[in-house]
Amino acid sequence: MSERTVAPFGRRAARVLDRRRCGSYVVLRCADPEGPRPQGGQFYMLTAAERWGGGAGERPFLPRAFSVLRARTGPGGTELEFLLEDVGPGTKRLCELGPGDELLLLGPLGAGFEPPAAGRRPLLVGGGVGIAPLAIWQDELGAATPALLGFRDAARAKGAALLHAAVVATDDGSIGHHGLVTELLEAELDSSPAAVVYTCGPPPMLEAVRALCAERSTEAQLALESGMACGFGACFGCVVPTRTGLVRLCIEGPVIDASRLETAIVAGAGH
Amino acid sequence: MALMEPVDLCGIELAHPVINASGTFDAIAARRAFGDALAEQFPFAAFVSKTVTLAPREGNPPPRLWELAAGMINSIGLPNKGLERYLSEDLPELTGLLPVPLVVNVMGFSIDEVAQLVSAFAEREEVAALELNVSCPNVETGLMMGAEPGEVSALLERVRPLTAKPLIVKLTPNATDVAAVARAAEDAGASAISLINTIRGMALDPRSGEPWLGGVTGGISGPAVRAAALAQVYSVSRAVKIPIVGMGGIQSGQNALDLLRSGATVVAVGTESFRDPAAGALVARELAGLAANSDVSFLT
Repeated sequence: MSERTVAPFGRRAARVLDRRRCGSYVVLRCADPEGPRPQGGQFYMLTAAERWGGGAGERPFLPRAFSVLRARTGPGGTELEFLLEDVGPGTKRLCELGPGDELLLLGPLGAGFEPPAAGRRPLLVGGGVGIAPLAIWQDELGAATPALLGFRDAARAKGAALLHAAVVATDDGSIGHHGLVTELLEAELDSSPAAVVYTCGPPPMLEAVRALCAERSTEAQLALESGMACGFGACFGCVVPTRTGLVRLCIEGPVIDASRLETAIVAGAGH
Repeated sequence: MALMEPVDLCGIELAHPVINASGTFDAIAARRAFGDALAEQFPFAAFVSKTVTLAPREGNPPPRLWELAAGMINSIGLPNKGLERYLSEDLPELTGLLPVPLVVNVMGFSIDEVAQLVSAFAEREEVAALELNVSCPNVETGLMMGAEPGEVSALLERVRPLTAKPLIVKLTPNATDVAAVARAAEDAGASAISLINTIRGMALDPRSGEPWLGGVTGGISGPAVRAAALAQVYSVSRAVKIPIVGMGGIQSGQNALDLLRSGATVVAVGTESFRDPAAGALVARELAGLAANSDVSFLT
């Protein structure tokens, strides 16, 4: 197992440098001058510094967990990118942020992806906003690493531009393959079985990928999602079922080897 | 009296009056997430463990969390390794890691179970004090141990002779007369009282209308319970002479000061640590600032 990158203790302010739309999604780029470079698959707990709880008495109250989309290290320190979709009060507030606004972040947290063993070809399979950790992982593995990405529609499929040379499937057939990303994966595994699948996406997609890989005895690493309060093992709220019992996703994951799972369906995920 | 001067909590010297609420900070997991920075910047003046039970517990099925406008509901169900593995695995690791005194929180489902737990830690030098979680039913009587003065008396009379260590009784707010329970604990030999534990609550899945939490009901914590905590600490402090560890929704030095002024000797930060693991240190710093800039004098 790779040594995980540890986070500085305590949350810190990070200035938003740029906000750009990418179809249905928002990409936030922020400066984290004192923070370390994260590993692919690690995540951060994000809070907007202003108007986050305590204001009008409305949610959000807790920070929100996001896998890092991309990281750069330059003379000014680390820059981080996050991929957001407005699906609830927390993501809505984060999507409103623009240049000059401040985030409070904690991270990088958790265990990221493990590199493929020699002779194994990495293959990225993502769905929706879950493509985020695959982008940074493709940066690390090399731009030629194939990526199969599934989206609901054309507006979301614009997110495919965040990875290199992605092959796209859409539920409504508006772009790319009309159907599920697992159909693309099946064809890919038929032609090239010695793969390690790295995957992240909505629970039903993840479960279909897990089941397909299990059936083919293909190694897979899944970046799971679960509702989290803290992100560093304190609250015991984010547990997911594994073959050895419930484990805290924030400390044992968010990337979990498929061999440890009987299912990728996590109660309460996607809430 | 300056707040950052050491505080005495039933014989344990604390560098400042801010500790953690049980179950809201896991020093071993935090060591994995933050490395050596954790010990170097440890945010609390004492570390209170998550509840240890005699047998291992997996805890409640997920989902375990529900966010509120000013806090959250948790239904964790006290997952832990059980006494044996806590002693062999966690205790040595914590001893090597913690720069502050360790308080072990224990819970039993009968007086006998609590007695076994207390005995197991009685001679452990690395444990400064024990906190008794009495927010659970006694399987022998069917009564909530911490909800009835008679139950708490019987418990303390049995376990008090088993150790010389301070015994802190963590009360549940879900009782008819918390002050009466506190008085019974004091009369039977409790060294200190800690309160409040979470307040029972629940949430429905907006889509299905069914209970959201795997454990059906859970405990409300965070700023939502702050006013309830203040009232209970105030009431209990007028009923007992032993020290009080006050907690419930503390997010700032001012919140901590309010609890101290209401009768607490020490305060604990809980849910706010989920939002920022360094919250305890920030609260302590703000509290010191408030004390330095006012004529606050309330410590007894």
